[in-house]
Amino acid sequence: MDNFLEVSNLSKSFPGFQLQNISFSLPKGYIMGLIGPNGSGKTTTIKLILNMLKRDHGEIKIMGLDNITDEIEAKANVGVVYDANCFCDEWTVAQAETAVSIFYKNWDKNRFSELLKRFHIAPTKKVKELSKGMQMKLMIACAFSYDAKLLILDEPTSGLDPVSRDELLKILSEYIEDGEHSVLFSTHITGDLERAADYITYINYGNLFFSGCKDEFVELFRIVKGGRDELTLNLSGKLIGIRSFSTGFEALIRSEDWKLFRHLDVEPATIDDIVVFTNQEGDRDE
Amino acid sequence: MKLIISNVSGVPIYEQIKQQVKSAILSGVLQEEEALPSLRTLAKDLKISVLTVTRAYTELEEEGFVKNVQGRGCFVMGRGSELIREQLICKVESGLSEAIDAAQMADLSPQELHHLLDILWEGKKNG
Repeated sequence: MDNFLEVSNLSKSFPGFQLQNISFSLPKGYIMGLIGPNGSGKTTTIKLILNMLKRDHGEIKIMGLDNITDEIEAKANVGVVYDANCFCDEWTVAQAETAVSIFYKNWDKNRFSELLKRFHIAPTKKVKELSKGMQMKLMIACAFSYDAKLLILDEPTSGLDPVSRDELLKILSEYIEDGEHSVLFSTHITGDLERAADYITYINYGNLFFSGCKDEFVELFRIVKGGRDELTLNLSGKLIGIRSFSTGFEALIRSEDWKLFRHLDVEPATIDDIVVFTNQEGDRDE
Repeated sequence: MKLIISNVSGVPIYEQIKQQVKSAILSGVLQEEEALPSLRTLAKDLKISVLTVTRAYTELEEEGFVKNVQGRGCFVMGRGSELIREQLICKVESGLSEAIDAAQMADLSPQELHHLLDILWEGKKNG
């Protein structure tokens, strides 16, 4: 089984929002970033994977197991880090361990206490006394203590300082180093993903915009910069998104159109550039 | 071997890895049969994607510098340095022919061009 996560044709409707036909797969041993602006369906997708929401259509397989019919078996392999604390505030860290560990047959007590030491979390501390970064690390420590093969993180970096974000990325890249673990990571802070992610799945207002290698994704686009008078009508038609200001403009183009713009400044695009400019397009179309 | 990644050079990361591995082979820092850093460890250490390193290693293999042995790692091929040397000579040749084109446009004699080359060579040598 090469794919740790397979999502096919996943759909879910809410009043005013539809997640439509989302398909992607995450191979064993890699990190995938799930990106998109707020409200684009990232958390909905994750909740559907975890069967916390009921899907309308489609199929989800976790390590080859259906996420609904084989839910218990499938979830034994999954670790989840939510964007907010998922433990009772009043619990101590040790009590949180007791509460979580009963659900996992292969819970490794020693590993958990090693991880607490490594993350500098005191077992006697109350959960509410932990910083946001510490709470996140506590959730990670739980997932690692039953050797979850697939780690799913929902907006783990929001609200974290740069030091904790860097630490998280380090933990994740160590986690996949042996090639036996995978990570699905939703975020709108794409700078974090720019380097560490292997795959990108970009959901834009409920629709799948791209899923594949990060490097391919970034290479699909370029940023072009120039003076306002250099933008002819013909060239405007090739722009995916544009920001113009009194002394010039900055726009996103498809790499294949690069030659049309070669008299201007053409630079590689970042993931952020792509997300920002492709969302302008969304606004224009509506 | 030293391997560092620049975020401002504009050169794609896989290309930076390739260039640095190649120059390590050429300068003898990496010897024949020596192993490159493990793919996943390098990705972790440099905080880059495993696929980026995979691409660099695969292209190095395609160009004949290294050999991937399934499950064991990536090893420096013999003759690697000759290959790079050939590539470098190609680069010198194309640079020189560009210089010749420009010299002809400027009506420089071959002697004058030689002289110019000598001056520049000395200048570089003395830093």
